[in-house]
Amino acid sequence: MAIDIGQFVQTFFEESLEGLDVMEAGLLALQPGAADLEQINTIFRAAHSIKGGSGTFGFQAVTGFTHVMETLLDQMRNGRLEVSGKAVNTLLESVDCLREMLVSLRGNAGIDEERVGELRVQLEQLLEQNQPAVGKAAPGVSPPQQSAASQPAPPALGWRIAFRPHPDLMHRGNDPVRIFRELSALGELTATPDYRQLPPLAALKPEDCYLSWELVLHGEASAEDVTEVFAWVEDECDLQIEPLTAAFAAAPPDLLEPSTAPADAPKAKASAEEGQQGELVLERRNSGERRQVERRTPLAAADSSIRVSIDKVDAVINLVGELITTQSMLSALGADFEMSRLDKLHEALDQLDRNTRDLQEHVMRIRMLPVSSVFNRFPRIVHDVSGKLGKQVELAISGEQTEIDKTVIEKIGDPLVHLVRNSLDHGLEPPDERLRQGKPETGNIMLNAYHKSGSIFIEVSDDGRGLNREALLRKGLESGLLKPGEEYSDEQIHDLIFYPGLSTAKQISDVSGRGVGMDVVRRNIQDVGGNIQVASQAGAGTKITICLPLTLAILDGQLVTIGQDCYIIPLLSIIESVQARPEMINRVAGRNEVLRFRGQHLPILRLYELFGAKGAVTDLQKGLLVVVEADGRQVGLFVDDLLGQQQVSIKSLEKNFRRVAGVAGATILGDGRVGLILDISGLVRINNAVS
Amino acid sequence: METRTTSLAPVGARNLKRETVTEENLQYLTFNLAGESYGIDILRVQEIRGWVPVTKVPNAPAFVRGVMNLRGAIVPVVDLRLRFGLESVEYTKITVVIVVMVRSEQHGDRTIGMVVDGVSDVLNINNAAEIKDAPDFGTAVHTEFISGLVAMDSGMVMLLDVDRLLSIEEMFALENLRGTESRSVVAHAS
Repeated sequence: MAIDIGQFVQTFFEESLEGLDVMEAGLLALQPGAADLEQINTIFRAAHSIKGGSGTFGFQAVTGFTHVMETLLDQMRNGRLEVSGKAVNTLLESVDCLREMLVSLRGNAGIDEERVGELRVQLEQLLEQNQPAVGKAAPGVSPPQQSAASQPAPPALGWRIAFRPHPDLMHRGNDPVRIFRELSALGELTATPDYRQLPPLAALKPEDCYLSWELVLHGEASAEDVTEVFAWVEDECDLQIEPLTAAFAAAPPDLLEPSTAPADAPKAKASAEEGQQGELVLERRNSGERRQVERRTPLAAADSSIRVSIDKVDAVINLVGELITTQSMLSALGADFEMSRLDKLHEALDQLDRNTRDLQEHVMRIRMLPVSSVFNRFPRIVHDVSGKLGKQVELAISGEQTEIDKTVIEKIGDPLVHLVRNSLDHGLEPPDERLRQGKPETGNIMLNAYHKSGSIFIEVSDDGRGLNREALLRKGLESGLLKPGEEYSDEQIHDLIFYPGLSTAKQISDVSGRGVGMDVVRRNIQDVGGNIQVASQAGAGTKITICLPLTLAILDGQLVTIGQDCYIIPLLSIIESVQARPEMINRVAGRNEVLRFRGQHLPILRLYELFGAKGAVTDLQKGLLVVVEADGRQVGLFVDDLLGQQQVSIKSLEKNFRRVAGVAGATILGDGRVGLILDISGLVRINNAVS
Repeated sequence: METRTTSLAPVGARNLKRETVTEENLQYLTFNLAGESYGIDILRVQEIRGWVPVTKVPNAPAFVRGVMNLRGAIVPVVDLRLRFGLESVEYTKITVVIVVMVRSEQHGDRTIGMVVDGVSDVLNINNAAEIKDAPDFGTAVHTEFISGLVAMDSGMVMLLDVDRLLSIEEMFALENLRGTESRSVVAHAS
């Protein structure tokens, strides 16, 4: 029966892209000059899987290219090739190239042959340069059996292999017998099984592997050949491969005590590998989540789906169960209701209220993704950009498990990249300048995410030179945003960086400095209902804080009336509501009204005028002023009256209608009518435009 | 086999309707507005509802009465009398809102409600030749959203192109023009 492998192609692409993420993370973790074997192995395995898969599906270009990468990695892990910065960068580029190849193949598009060829030549050059140095011993970092393998092999007598599969080896479709068959093709093989782990027949699971083997392979097989055979099961067994010396060859295989001197190190390695295996799984998970916001995959059709942990789904199902219970309780009450059971009704309604809220919260949680899916791209960006700028940078990431709504995550990726690039380019000083200022040579960039009071905060901070207050002030005066002769607070001056066309960078680089960007960043953040603030200290660094709503779909609202109509003001933007007394209201230039409020003068926006509402209260002292804040500015909104507060779900007004100035969206009120939600930052902007 | 084919035929014919103009069965929902009869493609009608008070939208053209809640969706409601520049009347028990689907290439499908005086009938047209082109009324009447005329025993039915008639963009463009010029000039301009 022929199997249609076409159905697995999508899986191959998904797994390969995940594999590439693993490779990228591994490569970034590699320190030039030190061959971290665990990391190299991780990268190698990922590459190997991609190579194998692409071969199966007939993507020869991918197979060929991966093979060269694999060869290079192999040399690195054998210590024959130095882990140089150049090699790592070439490999990183190759990872990018592979990713593009895979994406093109997935979209049935052509591959950029030129780029592939070019990189392949680069990889091969690295390999060739290395040829004369083959014999050179690795810089003492590779474990004994590896260096033994890399030594110009003495007339090989063969190999002694201790192969202890984990019980689940066969679950993944690996079969020891197949391995032995392959080994026996390399030379004369003697296998001595170890039965001691074998349980009594009753407890024996036929799918588990209980046996381990001591294998002796006589012949001239190379170390690579032997490890290659075990490549697929490396993660699923404890493996020791030692060259067979004359003495060993003669000695009978000692199963009980393999703790001869050379065996200790490999044992340590095996346990280290176990740890690494756990790490690998973890990475896989992360990269799985990361795929939701796949960066360079415009064709990614699968991206509209979302991976949800089964726990979250179970929680929702449980809550639905409770809701059904409450519902049947209510219908039972309603079937023959008497006033004497009023308290029961209230009780049931309370329960319904609680159920609904819980359910809402949990359903929202399904859309939440950890912010790591955005943060994960930064190690690479920092690596690339700092290399380009010749700066030494350490990136610290914390709070990456903080969960944010998927829509928000998609929107904040680019702004964050911009902020980090800014920090790298403008914020951090070059190493010599840092030393002169008594700072450590290596600059720091910190990314942090956390929850606070119903919002999510993301901080991007650096310990660089900070914002240049003088330059900003000068620019602000030049552009007319600031008036000469007035005193400005640091906050007001720092805020200038968000205005278009204001760049204080002396030189425009290809990284940043064109003065566009920060305004776009702010707009993007505002689009998802967040705001952005900057704090900076000259010489000590800059911290940019982004505040985002937990979700886009629900907000706490304050209901207000204007004439006949009911509007909703987002509770988060309300500072205070006051009833104006005559002495609190001043007129500027006879027209613009301002409210004196806690030592400040706030413009008053008469909403009924703006919205053309009829029958509204027009006397400022008879209505109420709701002081709201957006983008760091406060405005007093004049409304007739306040009604209750309630959670409202945001509905789009644009879908069937169009965007309305001053209105952020609509919602359905308790009585089934539509209520409009005010767009506070839009209103603040309108007010600025008017005055 | 034979019976199956015949039973399927009307369905097939209806599906082909848009392409083949000759032999078909067109259905129009007709309604009254200021004594005139109008018809709209019945496939665009989602539902017919009684009038319920709507929520006013600030700074919208006068003929956009507001937005209503259609099972959780926010749907704008247009008063067709005002849209045609006719005298508005007080809404009564028989005032209805016809909820229609409006296609727009740029904005996708929209759901919009329109207030009419009353719904009358479903008009069957078996032959597209019965539909006459809208005559040129001069500049006094908006003809751009009349797709054709059908003569009935009871009088004339004007068939409306809802995509043009209820295009939000056009309505706002019109309103902007009205803001700057007088109403009669608008008739010329459009």
